[in-house]
Amino acid sequence: MSKVGVDAGRRRFLTLTTVAVGGAGVVGAAIPFLASLSPSERAKALGAPITVDISKVEPGQRLVVAWRGKPVWIIRRTPDMLASLPKVDAALRDPNSDEAQQPAYAKNEARAIKPEWSVMVGSCTHLGCSPTFRPDHPAPDVDANWQGGFYCPCHGSKFDLAGRVYQGVPAPLNLVVPPYRFVNDTTITIGEDQGAA
Amino acid sequence: MAIVPNPHKTTGLLGWIDDRFPLTKLWKDHLTEYYAPKNFNFWYYFGSLALLVLVNQLLTGIFLTMHYKPDAAQAWDSVEYIMRDVPWGNIIRYLHSTGASAFFIVVYLHMYRGLMYGSYRKPRELIWLFGMLIFFVLMAEAFCGYVLPWGQMSYWGAQVIISLFGAIPKVGPDLVVWIQGDYIPSDATLNRLFSFHVIMLPFVLVGLVVAHLIALHEVGSNNPDGVEIKKHKDPVTHIPLDGIGFHPYYTVKDLVGVGVFLIIFLGIVFFAPDGGGYFLEKPNFQPANPLVTPPHITPAWYFGTFYAILRAIPNKLLGVIAMFSSVIVLFLVPWLDRSKVRSIRYKGPISKIALALFTVAFAMLCYLGMQPPSPLYTLLSRIGTFIYFAFFLLMPFYSAIDKTKPEPERVTG
Repeated sequence: MSKVGVDAGRRRFLTLTTVAVGGAGVVGAAIPFLASLSPSERAKALGAPITVDISKVEPGQRLVVAWRGKPVWIIRRTPDMLASLPKVDAALRDPNSDEAQQPAYAKNEARAIKPEWSVMVGSCTHLGCSPTFRPDHPAPDVDANWQGGFYCPCHGSKFDLAGRVYQGVPAPLNLVVPPYRFVNDTTITIGEDQGAA
Repeated sequence: MAIVPNPHKTTGLLGWIDDRFPLTKLWKDHLTEYYAPKNFNFWYYFGSLALLVLVNQLLTGIFLTMHYKPDAAQAWDSVEYIMRDVPWGNIIRYLHSTGASAFFIVVYLHMYRGLMYGSYRKPRELIWLFGMLIFFVLMAEAFCGYVLPWGQMSYWGAQVIISLFGAIPKVGPDLVVWIQGDYIPSDATLNRLFSFHVIMLPFVLVGLVVAHLIALHEVGSNNPDGVEIKKHKDPVTHIPLDGIGFHPYYTVKDLVGVGVFLIIFLGIVFFAPDGGGYFLEKPNFQPANPLVTPPHITPAWYFGTFYAILRAIPNKLLGVIAMFSSVIVLFLVPWLDRSKVRSIRYKGPISKIALALFTVAFAMLCYLGMQPPSPLYTLLSRIGTFIYFAFFLLMPFYSAIDKTKPEPERVTG
C-alpha cells in the first residue's frame, strides 16, 4: 500500500475514536456476563426465617438446624458451662464482643438473649468450616486450659462456649449470632430480630 | 519477511498440501529438525509425560461428561452411577482421578528439573512464565474437578477455597457471594465450576501448552549442563554439534518413559485407585452435607504445601496473602537467580544447600498440609514456610556471591 496521500492525523483520530467506542462496547457487553454470576432471584428468595421447637433439647446438648443453608447451633448451656466463660477471658481476642458479630441484644457475656440458650451460626469465621462441638474438658489435645467450646478441624481455630474466638488462631472474629427471638419458652425463630412482629 | 509457501519444495499430494498449509515445515521445524541437546537425562521425561497425562485427562473427561450430571441433587448419584452401572465407567473415572494426581507429580518433577538446571534463565523466561501459568490453571482445574462429585470433601473444599477470597478487605464477602452465585456453596456454584472445568480452563490450558512449546522451540531446549548448544554449530549445515533431531531420537527415548510411566500409573489405577486415601480422600466417599464438616479435612495432596503455608500464619488475611505469594514468587525466579551459571552442576555450595533445604521444606509442608493441625505441626509449618520464602527471596544475594565452577564449552556425557 502506498503511503502517499495518507492523512496521518485523520488516521490517528479514526483509530482512537474506534478504539474508544469499541472499548465502551466491550464494557457494556461484559455487564450481562458478570451480572449473571450473582445470586439468582430464586437463591435470594430462600433466606426466609425458620421456627424451631427447642423443648426436647437437654441441658448440655446441641441442636443443629439449617438456616439460609448454613448450620445454626442451638445449645442449651448448663450452669457449669456458663461458669466457664469468664475463666477463658484472658485467652480471647474479643472477650467483650466489641466486634459487631451479634445483634445488640446479644452483646453480653453469654452472647445470648437468655444465657441458657446460645444460638450461633456454626461457620468458622476463618474459612467457613463448621467447628466441632468439644464440651469435654480438660482436653489437652485442644488447649492446655480448655474449658469446653468449639474446635475447627480445618485450621485449628478455637472458640469458647459463647463462640468467642481464642487468640493465636487463624479465625479473626467471634462466631456470628444470627438475629433470633423467643416466640415462647420452647420455640425460637431464627432470622427475625427480637421485638419484630 | 514474507512467508514463502512450501519452502521444502515437496511434490505430489504432499506438495499440494504444502503449497497451501505448512505441513512439512511444521513437521521438520518441530520434530525432525528441532535439534535438542544430546545429553538429556532422566529428568527430561516429564515434559512429554505431562503432555501424555493432559491427553488422558481430556479423553477420559469427555467420556465422563457423557454420564455426569452437574446438579447438586444428582451429581453424587451420577458419579456412583458411573462407578457401578456404566460399562468400564469405574476405570474411566479412576483414569481421570488418578490422572489428576499423576499430572501434579509429573508437573512438579518437570518444574524441579527447571529449577535444578536453570531452564528459566535468559532467553527462556517466557517458557518458564507460560509454564507457571499452566501450573496455575492446572491448580484451578484440579480444584473445580474435585468439587464435581459433590462429596463431603468436595463441598468443604469448595467452602474453604472460595472463602479465601473473603479475606480481601471491604469487597471480600460480596466477592464470595458473587463467585458462589449463592450465599453458600450450592447448586449454582457446582454448575459454574463444572462449566469452568470442562470448557473454559481446558481451552486456556491447551492454549498455554501451545504457547509453552512455541516459546521452547523458538529458543531451543536447555540441558543438564546449562550451556548453549547453539554456540557450536557445524559450519556447513548450521546444525548445533551437540544437537540431535527430536524425532526420532527423543520421541523413541520418551516412548520408553511412557512405557515405564504407564506401568506405574495403570498399576495404581487398577489396584489402588484411591492412592491410600491421598488421591481420593475418604470423606469424599460420603455425599456433601452442608451442616457437618468432616473431622479431618485436608486438601488433595498436591495442594498440601500451599495449604500448610496458609495454616502456618495465625491471621486470616496474611495467611491468604502468604499462600498466594508462595505461588506468585515462583513466577519471579528468572529474575531472582543472579548466578553466572545456569545448572546446579556448576553452582557453588550455597546454591546447592539452598536447593536441598527448599526440597526438604517443600516435601515437609506437603506432608504437614495433609495432617490435622497441632502445635508441633504448626511450628514445623512456620519453619517450612520461612525456608520456602527464604529460598526465593534471598536468591538474588546468595546466587550472586556463591562460588561457581567453570562451565564446559560443550555438553558433557
